Amino acid sequence: MTLPTVDFLVVSALLFAIGAVGVMVRKNPLIMFMAIELMWNAVNLSLVAFARQFQAISGHIFVFVVVVAAAAEVAIGLIIIVLVFRHRDQADVDTLNAMKG
Amino acid sequence: MANLIAILAGVLCLFMGVVVISAKNPMHAVIALVANFVGLGVLFLLLHAEFLAVIEVIVYAGAVMVLFLFVVALLMAGTRAPQESRGKNLPGQVPLALAVTGVFAALVVFALAVRTVLVAPPPSTTDFGSITNFGRALFTTYLLPFELTALVLLAAVIGVVFLARER
Repeated sequence: MTLPTVDFLVVSALLFAIGAVGVMVRKNPLIMFMAIELMWNAVNLSLVAFARQFQAISGHIFVFVVVVAAAAEVAIGLIIIVLVFRHRDQADVDTLNAMKG
Repeated sequence: MANLIAILAGVLCLFMGVVVISAKNPMHAVIALVANFVGLGVLFLLLHAEFLAVIEVIVYAGAVMVLFLFVVALLMAGTRAPQESRGKNLPGQVPLALAVTGVFAALVVFALAVRTVLVAPPPSTTDFGSITNFGRALFTTYLLPFELTALVLLAAVIGVVFLARER
């Protein structure tokens, strides 16, 4: 038996919405970063669902490339967060106002 | 049976996603995100993406989240741990964020409900998404993108070493 593709796409859309809320509402840079990871993976889920729907293995290859890009992004992003917040009292993106106009 | 597993995994994913964005302690958020990735791995397996399900658990729940764990332990440990300031949001920040993403999610779900062609998936050929087929596609048709991912990782490694060097 095969599960309907629509159900996976609904889960994917809801996961993406949860991640977007996290980025907009939270101020802790680490949790914002994890919310971005949620959104990457929501998109991966819909890519895999569409790959099965259209029997296209290229969708799987694309998800593989996305995973590699996400791993690189996490490495760079986390080192930047560590450098910026190591000597601060607050882990809060609102305190980053050095470029305020 | 597959239906039940899919529902359980989907509910686990969504619940753990909510836990991630509402956790006060970043350490709890990391653990919830690991559970979220395991649930996603189950969904990938149900969609015949065998290799990607393994990658999801090993690379994401394993490597990437251990990196997160190290950084949380480095930044948030000790008595002088930096805290997130509370109750100083922009005017209407939380309601507006919820409203915008609520409208987005409602639009997507509505569009999917209208487009009924996706309800009945084509019967999967028995070996679609098998590791054999995935590997063959990765190392023949998509060899150049595969090699370029190695370049992306190399650039990331050089960037991290450059940023983390002693000054």
